Amino acid sequence: MVLALLVLCFGLAAGLDVWFQTWAGNRAQTADLLNVLVGDSRRMFANHFFVKADAYFHSGFYPTVFDNREAFQTPHMAEDSGTVGSRNQGDETSFLGKPRDWIDAFSRQLFPSRHTHLDEGGASGDLSGSSGVREIMPWLWLSAELNPNDIRTYTVAAYWLRERMGKVAEAEQFLRAGLHENPDSYEIMYELGRVYNENKNDPARARNLWEAALDQWQKQVASKPDPERSYKFLFVEITSHLAMLEEKQGHYAKALAYMKLWQAHSASPDAVQEYINDVRHKMTSPTPSPAAAPPQPAGQAP
Amino acid sequence: MSNVLAVATIVIKELYRRKDFYVLFVMTALICLVMGSVHFFNDAHIARYLKEICLLLVWISSLVIAITTTARQIPMERENRTLFPLLAKPLSRTELLLGKFFGCWFACGLALVCFYLLFSLLAASRERHWLFLNYFQAGFLHWAMLGVVVALALLGSLIFTAPSSNTTICFVAATAILLLGRHLNKVALQLPEPRRSILYALYYCIPHLELFDLRDLIIHDWPLVPWRVCGLATLYAIGYAAAFLIAACLIFRRKAVN
Repeated sequence: MVLALLVLCFGLAAGLDVWFQTWAGNRAQTADLLNVLVGDSRRMFANHFFVKADAYFHSGFYPTVFDNREAFQTPHMAEDSGTVGSRNQGDETSFLGKPRDWIDAFSRQLFPSRHTHLDEGGASGDLSGSSGVREIMPWLWLSAELNPNDIRTYTVAAYWLRERMGKVAEAEQFLRAGLHENPDSYEIMYELGRVYNENKNDPARARNLWEAALDQWQKQVASKPDPERSYKFLFVEITSHLAMLEEKQGHYAKALAYMKLWQAHSASPDAVQEYINDVRHKMTSPTPSPAAAPPQPAGQAP
Repeated sequence: MSNVLAVATIVIKELYRRKDFYVLFVMTALICLVMGSVHFFNDAHIARYLKEICLLLVWISSLVIAITTTARQIPMERENRTLFPLLAKPLSRTELLLGKFFGCWFACGLALVCFYLLFSLLAASRERHWLFLNYFQAGFLHWAMLGVVVALALLGSLIFTAPSSNTTICFVAATAILLLGRHLNKVALQLPEPRRSILYALYYCIPHLELFDLRDLIIHDWPLVPWRVCGLATLYAIGYAAAFLIAACLIFRRKAVN
């Protein structure tokens, strides 16, 4: 009887092992410690660490789940990077409200209670210390490790790496790692294009990347009946940067075509019209119109 | 007073003879050193995540030391039958209790000095500056908070039968207050009566341990807290510790020790 049971166990183990090795949920297939320990629930923690990075961006002054978070729906580190559209409303400096009692009033002297951004000097207010934005990086890295499919982690981290920390190579490497995990991401392509255009002075590569980003956007989003504001934001960014690049390179016809696309989804079509008029004037005469303002990227106010 | 100090000295000696502090200290140091060896994006000057991890471990370790050391004082004396000889000496129950309190509290203070020294060395290795006064403020208020926790654990050791239940309840209470104490009033205002009044009464009654948590200020290099505010916070801690100790003394006086 014992022998029969042993033979049965051996047979079951042999049969199940073959199935287990090919099973998609087999965590032993990966050498990643995080993946083995927590499995897919790691994605749940990824957003927590992304928000933690924003809390660090604010030097600890951040709303909890008990506070009014209207002004923090879009993390400010993402909003300031120009990689995502903002959904923030209300006053970001007064989510705590007035003190409700003497304990509340007293406690505000014992924790961060002033709105600051690390890229603007942080708690010390020392503007020369704007590279202090490095402190958000470990949490962004961890967020990317836990959820490699969260695009904004790569774009936000890359922006601060190249803009405030001067680490262009690291920014590009991080974006390429993100592109490897998300090959169809137009957001990452766009940000990679910015690296080549703004930091590496390689407009040809930037153009290729932005055109690829636009192509991907049109494949993924254009077919939707009413794309969300966040999708339109990226479309405006891509088309405006392409338009500016083509204008700078003297390819006015292409610049015009991109500006028309830009204008169709822009929140300020009149401002874009001024750029269109300026390009048309340049097409007809070599000297620029004196009334036109110098071209600016879409992220800044015209 | 000399009786109180004599009892306190024994408790301090007990702390450094047991392994609790050394295990926690070495574990904290090891974890921090491992986390500190990581360089993100080739930047060797990122410090705040390391400060946060170190301070979190320091706070957890200090709570463990404070509560476990205090929770077993009176029950251990009773179990080892050393309570009777102690009380047979010219040592009143109040003096014994105060001696245990000061012993545990000073022992926590010594542990905190070691932990904060480790923390300041770690922070200085990354940030290249030493915010001595800020760390002193944080450490001092942390120690004041532990005084309240020690008094609470001492009171609990006279109320609850087993040290394990006392330890668990004190841990849960301390953790709950640290995490939620600041927000109870916000939750209370959203509730209808009479739940609002009950929660607000609880909010005013509990010792707000989170007032003494200056971790965010230290991690993010905020300026010094005004010394007047530190003084008021210390008085607040003394008040609650005294209240718990008075309650403990009253209970201990009436309690049969056999």
